[in-house]
Amino acid sequence: MRSSRRKSFLVRTLTDVYIVGSGETKYGELWEKSLRELAVEAGLKAVEDAGIYSKDIQILYGSSSLAGSINGQNDIGSLIADFSGLASSNIPALRIEASSASGAAAVREAYLAVRSGEYDVAMVGGVEKMTDIYGSETLDLIGTTLDREWEWFMGATPAAMAAMTARKYMKDFKVEKESLAMVSVNDHENASKNPNAHFRNRLTLEGAMGATMIADPLNMMDCSPMSDGASAIVLASDRYVKAHKLDGVKIVSSGISQDYLALHSRESFYRLNSTAIAGRTALSKAGIKASDVSFLELHDSYSIYALIELEDLGFAEKGQANQLVGDDIKLNGSIPVNPSGGLKAKGNPMGATGIGQFVEAYLQFMGKADGRQVKSPKYGMLHNMAGTGSTSLVHIVGGA
Amino acid sequence: MGELSSIWRESSHRYRLVGHKCGNCGTVYFPPRDICIKCHRESIGKISECNLSGKGEIVSFTIVHDVPPAFARQRPYAMALIKLEEGPILTAQIVDSDMDEIEIGRKVSAVFRRIREDGKSGLIQYGYKFVLDG
Repeated sequence: MRSSRRKSFLVRTLTDVYIVGSGETKYGELWEKSLRELAVEAGLKAVEDAGIYSKDIQILYGSSSLAGSINGQNDIGSLIADFSGLASSNIPALRIEASSASGAAAVREAYLAVRSGEYDVAMVGGVEKMTDIYGSETLDLIGTTLDREWEWFMGATPAAMAAMTARKYMKDFKVEKESLAMVSVNDHENASKNPNAHFRNRLTLEGAMGATMIADPLNMMDCSPMSDGASAIVLASDRYVKAHKLDGVKIVSSGISQDYLALHSRESFYRLNSTAIAGRTALSKAGIKASDVSFLELHDSYSIYALIELEDLGFAEKGQANQLVGDDIKLNGSIPVNPSGGLKAKGNPMGATGIGQFVEAYLQFMGKADGRQVKSPKYGMLHNMAGTGSTSLVHIVGGA
Repeated sequence: MGELSSIWRESSHRYRLVGHKCGNCGTVYFPPRDICIKCHRESIGKISECNLSGKGEIVSFTIVHDVPPAFARQRPYAMALIKLEEGPILTAQIVDSDMDEIEIGRKVSAVFRRIREDGKSGLIQYGYKFVLDG
């Protein structure tokens, strides 16, 4: 008995996992659309794009960060399954929540479910409906990404926490505010070529520098917007892809890590340990180096984080990412950052944001990214983060 | 949002800056923790309350202009990361001080203040803020 059990463990093999379809709503202030309409629109587009039928989906993961607070709706997994016409399939459907990293966290769960061999086809859908309440109330609720009792209670907002990180970073490494602004300029440039982006206007450096102050030194052009939107992808196992002759983009590896919930508990205010560890894990599992990555989708909820993430993910030494924000991060640069437009300009519908990065990667590798297409990408790195860095996920996709 | 019981639970920490101390290694924690992050299970049953001096210095700060509803009447206000002389770092407002004089490295002291108010008929919540030392 014992030996046969041991044997079955040894012969277990993990299957490769592919993204076989993607769907997305426009991101933005979509007053005419409800939470469920957004979720269903993205989900159905993904199913159609994958060339499968709804009944082929064996498990569904939904992600949303604030639906319970803003819309008073929980059990998003069932909501999406039901209104996508899947209720009678009675498949497992769960919501995954990890604050602003909910999207990638849901993809990771679906990836593991397929990778293990338990399921062949999984749907992952993320949705956020942030404009159903007043902006100041939404600001209150995005404070749930912080330590509610010891940061938010005292008057801290996510922008305030990012601003304190930015001030210390800029002082210690003598980095000018312009370097932060250039991240937003690049996001807007790329988003101008993305029809689903929240903001499609180009942004000048002067415009980025002169915007309304939010939390000094960060102004409105350093901060991602509150967006409505939904993104969905369909994942399938290697054998399913082969049996049904589907085109797909491989999820090569997945890394996740945590850090202290509150910024004040961390050993450094400009070193994102969770990001560094998740990044190293993803690279090592993929068997590649940072220099093998063709493009990055970074969680730049605030511009300062893009610089810090470039450093902690291995693309620059600490305090030196400002050397990359001129030309290197551009679409035709040495390491294109946020071809989608990033959180600043594509938008930040929190629970959908991380899945939107996979939508972008899928389009890039399928050669469907139109005016923002990265030239013959080899690997894409996707980084999604909760709050000030309490949870980070890094995925490597591509590699065909 | 109703947070009545949490306000009552945290009152000693927020009103009098009471932290926690690990009886095994002596590390002081604020905000309080029920287990020492260095000693783990060795600290179980050995965590005790300890009073903090309220003296510290600014590690970083920001002036917040886009504020949540409970802080609408205080806009704009200064938030800071403050390293207390006992070691812990906390997040708090700097008040009663010229905002132009706030700098990284400045010494500060804790004061007892109104933190936030939940609308006209809502609760008024109190706790610590900090002032620049003269």
